[in-house]
Amino acid sequence: MTLGKTLLSSAPAVLALGLALPIAAGLLGTLAPALRGDGFTTLAAWDGLWCAVKLSIGTGLVSTLAALIITLLIVAALANTRSFALIRRTLSPLLALPHAAAALGLAFLISPSGWMSRALSPWATGWENPPNLLILNDPMGLSLTLGLIAKELPFLLLMALAALPQLDAERRAQVAASLGYGRIMGFTITTLPALYRALRLPTFAVLAYAMTNVDMAMILGPNLPPPLAVQITKWMADPSLTQIPTAAAAALLQLAIVAITLALWLITERILSPLIPALAQRGLRATTLDPILSPIAQTLGLTLAASLIFGMAGLALWSIAGLWQFPDAIPETLTLTTWTKALPDLARTSTTTLSLALIATTAALTFTLASLESHHRHGTKPGTALIFLPLIIPQIAFLPGLQILALYAGAKGGLTITAAAHTLFVIPYVWLSLAPAFTAFDTRNATTAATLGASPTRIFWHIRAPMLLAPILTAFAVGMAVSIGQYLPTLMIGGGRVETLTTEAIALSSGGNRRLIGAYALMQTLLPALGFALALTLPRLIYANRRAMLAERPHP
Amino acid sequence: MNTGLHLNALTITQGPTALVRLTAHILPGQVLTIMGPSGSGKSTLLAALIGALPPGFTTTGQITLNGTDLTPLPTQSRQIGLLFQDDLLFPHLSVAQNLGFGLKPGGTKAQRQARVEAALTQMDLTGFGPRDPATLSGGQRARVALARTLLAEPKALLLDEPFSRLDQSLRAQIRKLVFDQARTLPVILVTHDPEDARAANGPVLSPMGETLKP
Repeated sequence: MTLGKTLLSSAPAVLALGLALPIAAGLLGTLAPALRGDGFTTLAAWDGLWCAVKLSIGTGLVSTLAALIITLLIVAALANTRSFALIRRTLSPLLALPHAAAALGLAFLISPSGWMSRALSPWATGWENPPNLLILNDPMGLSLTLGLIAKELPFLLLMALAALPQLDAERRAQVAASLGYGRIMGFTITTLPALYRALRLPTFAVLAYAMTNVDMAMILGPNLPPPLAVQITKWMADPSLTQIPTAAAAALLQLAIVAITLALWLITERILSPLIPALAQRGLRATTLDPILSPIAQTLGLTLAASLIFGMAGLALWSIAGLWQFPDAIPETLTLTTWTKALPDLARTSTTTLSLALIATTAALTFTLASLESHHRHGTKPGTALIFLPLIIPQIAFLPGLQILALYAGAKGGLTITAAAHTLFVIPYVWLSLAPAFTAFDTRNATTAATLGASPTRIFWHIRAPMLLAPILTAFAVGMAVSIGQYLPTLMIGGGRVETLTTEAIALSSGGNRRLIGAYALMQTLLPALGFALALTLPRLIYANRRAMLAERPHP
Repeated sequence: MNTGLHLNALTITQGPTALVRLTAHILPGQVLTIMGPSGSGKSTLLAALIGALPPGFTTTGQITLNGTDLTPLPTQSRQIGLLFQDDLLFPHLSVAQNLGFGLKPGGTKAQRQARVEAALTQMDLTGFGPRDPATLSGGQRARVALARTLLAEPKALLLDEPFSRLDQSLRAQIRKLVFDQARTLPVILVTHDPEDARAANGPVLSPMGETLKP
């Protein structure tokens, strides 16, 4: 009991150290070889450097800005309308889509021989053969930017939806409307500043990811040169190990670029923030904005959702396609050959993927619940800035360092250490998904139970945990989805020995076997979807006879 | 003269402001009513009595129950029952499970079940054990909440405006039931309804200890 109490009260500190220490160690592990060797010299001598840096900044900044602006536009123009509900219902499940699967689906859709080109050929385009166009992997990174926007929009939109009720946005909108303001102008003046504050850390996480991601960039991004993060991964993967100093130097450069971009973002915030109060003083009602921008918001939201959904459908169709010649819009024959042939490998890889996800998510959920419960018992407020650390410090900056440390320590990558690395990235999402429900829990339930003589432990297991079953299961499903989608930690910490659906799908993506890619990417999508389906269904079954437990909950 | 609930120069301050200043002795079967507008320190007093005062408040003085100093004890060891404005039946448990959660530990499964059944019968709720609390009427829920509180065998009872959510016709009935059931306990009733205070038939004080006439 006393041991349990000590463990519980130290949970927040353990969580903080558990997040901060590996990141610090990884950064040091990156710093050492970069400073000792001639990493910076060889990096400076690399022809592609400037171009790789430009790609990292360009694709990252443009996609983040676009995703943020579209999110705000959708909320401003459509909140509480029917099309808002439609966009929300279509985009929410897409959050579970792994980045790699989203990228592969999009690649199948927009490539010169992709579904879109097939659907329009030959009747509209006149193409009898796939055109020789560099749509995919275009040197400017446009398709990568599009993929990033489509994948990050659901995340930012859901974060906005979670924040809106706390901002009393609906009544603010009503006040603005009763003063004669148009929907969008009213939102901009009354709600935008507070909503942006709530979206800041998520936006920084999106920016850091977009500038440094490897999985989507390997599938959709340019090759010669690729964005900097992809090049670092290639150098780290060089079996001769001679490229490590260059990779380490590049990882530090990448970190500096992200830091500088974030700093510029902060400065821009400062410059722009007085504009809204100034706008309020002008008293412009701007009712004419609404009919122009609403259809734009609607179209953008639905098009991006459709691009992901049709991408998925394309993956599914390819995985069961028999003969599918170019201009045909659908395959001539359907067959299960791909699946039956790949079944043993798929089963093995899926087992590894699920084991990793179960270990990492169970650990993350335990740490999160213990930490939240400890905060609750001591009446302290959990900080969120630290939780975002693994999301804002780019993976590519500290994972190479951890890989180098493991190399020196002679540690061979394995399932356990890879699961530990996954936990680091699962914790923030489990926390973000669970903390609002946990904090919003009516503490009078706990007080009532205590006056009935129940101990804090009994209250946790008999009252709080079962009453929060639905959000806890959702957090678990979110954690599983995050772990299943991890690429870089699996690759680098697993030392090439741990094969998951994600690493396999990305490894396959450079080859041309669309049927097999389709099967792997679909499997990669189905596992998290299954998790979410269970998280939604189980509470309904368990509490089928408890009406108050089935009442609609605010969306996570 | 140890029986009952003693508030001995109980003073609660938040920063420079005193919210509660009370001295009172409530005998078993007596009801002390605390009246005042919202924000007057009523809920602060309740939180202090059950030991759930958030940080930022300073308490001096003593609370003793049947001779035991409650001040160092956590909520679950104070043996003070509490009825809130809302019945706060746990929505994930059946009516019987709610009562079972309240029932003091000990006894065989069959004995415990029998005590829960008896409590239901006493509240005129025979056969309601397996029901989902969400399907009960307001009056039925109030009775389940009362039964749950009493099954924990408290040594004193706190009532936090427990009748204010009930409609007019039910209010008198439930009020009578609660006061009848609590005949052997010292009771503190917190309310802003003069009707409640008159029905309690005992002394009426403000949180700062002034005698009031409801």
